[in-house]
Order: sequence, then C-alpha cells, then structure tokens
Amino acid sequence: MKSLAELQAIREKMQNKVVMREGSGDVRVVVGMATCGIAAGARPVLNTFVEEVNKQNLSDKVTVTQTGCIGICQFEPVVEVYEAGKEKVTYVKMTAEKAKEVVEKHLKGGKVVEDYVIKNI
Amino acid sequence: MKELSLNILDIAKNSVKAGADTVEIALTETEDQLEIRISDNGCGMTPEFLASVTDPFTTTRTTRKVGLGIPLFKLASEQTGGTFHIESRDQAAHPKDHGTVTAATFMKNHLDFTPLGDVISSVVTLIQADPDIRWVYTHTMPGKEVRLDTNELKAVLGDVPLNIPEVIAWITDYLREQYETA
Repeated sequence: MKSLAELQAIREKMQNKVVMREGSGDVRVVVGMATCGIAAGARPVLNTFVEEVNKQNLSDKVTVTQTGCIGICQFEPVVEVYEAGKEKVTYVKMTAEKAKEVVEKHLKGGKVVEDYVIKNI
Repeated sequence: MKELSLNILDIAKNSVKAGADTVEIALTETEDQLEIRISDNGCGMTPEFLASVTDPFTTTRTTRKVGLGIPLFKLASEQTGGTFHIESRDQAAHPKDHGTVTAATFMKNHLDFTPLGDVISSVVTLIQADPDIRWVYTHTMPGKEVRLDTNELKAVLGDVPLNIPEVIAWITDYLREQYETA
C-alpha cells in the first residue's frame, strides 16, 4: 500500500536537491489544455511528457507546464517548446507516441522533430 | 469529449481560472446513476453571466468567441436523461462566501452515457498544473470510497511542491490502489 511515509522519504530526498534545481530548467514544454486541447487528446500528451521527462532524467533541465487556448484549435493538441536563446518550436496534432519521440529526439537529443512542427505562428 | 473525466478536467480548469484556492471534485455513484459535482471558492459569476453560461457563445477565452466547456458537459448529462445544474455567488456581491458549484447527473444505463474513463489522469493533470490549490477528490461508489485531499499530502511534504514527478507518480499509484482494493 502507498503510505504517507513514502512521501516523507520523497521530501527528505528532495530537500537536498532543491538548491541544485534553482536557476536551472532552461527548457519549458507548454501543453495547451483548454477545451479544444482536452477534447483533441491533450491529456495523454501532457502525461507522456511528464512521465518521459522524468524517466529520461531530464527533470533538472526541462519543466512541463500547461496553458489555455493557444488560438489554433484545429491543430490541437498543440505543444510549445521554449528554450533559452532559441526560437520557440510549436508542435501540432500531437499524440502520446509523438510526445515520446519529441522527448527522445528534441529534449534529449537536441534535434527538432520537423515533421510535427508548424511554422511561423 | 470521449470520456466524462475529460469534462471534469475541463470544468475544473474554470475553477482555477476563477482564482479558487480550494476545488472539490465529488463523484457519487449508485447502481444506475452518477453525479459529478465540482465546487470552488473562486470569484464566482454575476447572475447575468451565469444566465448565459450554458450558451456556447459565452466565454471567458480571449482567443475566440466560443466557449464549449459547460455546454458540452451539460449535453453529456442531458443526453442520458440526467440533469445539469450550476449556481454561483460572485465576489462583489458575496465577499465572504463566493464560488461556483457545477453539478450534473448521468443515467449510467442510457445508450448515450459517456464512460467516466481515466479520472485518475484528470486529477493528476489538475494537480500538476496547479499544485498550490487545495484539491479534494472523492469518488463514492456502492460499498467503496476513493479519497484524496492534497492538504494532507502538503502537511507531509512541507516545501516540496506537489507537482514534482516523484510526487505525481505517488499520487497516481495512491489513487490507483484505492480503486483496486476494497
């Protein structure tokens, strides 16, 4: 059974890490989660990003957040990747599978997955 | 929406937008009926706005003039022969006691009943986005209750945010276990 004692252990582990985390997180993944995004399947996309970023040990560098309607509902699920000093990358019509690929190739490997990108918005 | 849990996620986002610091999601199930009730202590709506809120051409979104969240939730309920109800007290008129309650009932055996789907995923998604809000989730079924109050977790976690991956994974397992046992 899951117990609160496990949370206590997470707390102790994290307290040593918190200082390290400050100032990092130079990559931000933003998933559109308004009605349009949710209806188009943004929830599994978001959850895949959260899981994969953690699994690939990228959580010191990458933060995954949610936003409202980005304004291009017909292209939902939409995911934006912001990286310090680089132009924003907008991925459209995302799925959980594509999200995995973006984590692997883009967030980890540093190479934008051009096939899923929409230009100039 | 393919799952009612997606409607829950969508409607609860309205509570976040209303600046609520406590949001309660309560599911109550009997043999043939499901009630979904989302209550918050956010800024509420004026009677005028409330009256128009089930109209798709009423919205708070700024990117376009259509808002489908509440109309879709209402439709999902009424197409099963269920009922939809929303009440709200706006902050200006009720400074001490404001907020919104959105509730809908669903007839589970109706042909047009949308399955609840992955409700754990919706709860976790809400916490991930807004870990500072107190989320209280209850799902009461015949002979069983699933419960989560993020305040209880915060009491243990202290300064550690609820939305770090380790805690999110813990919450997912915690809810999953409650559904699986008893």
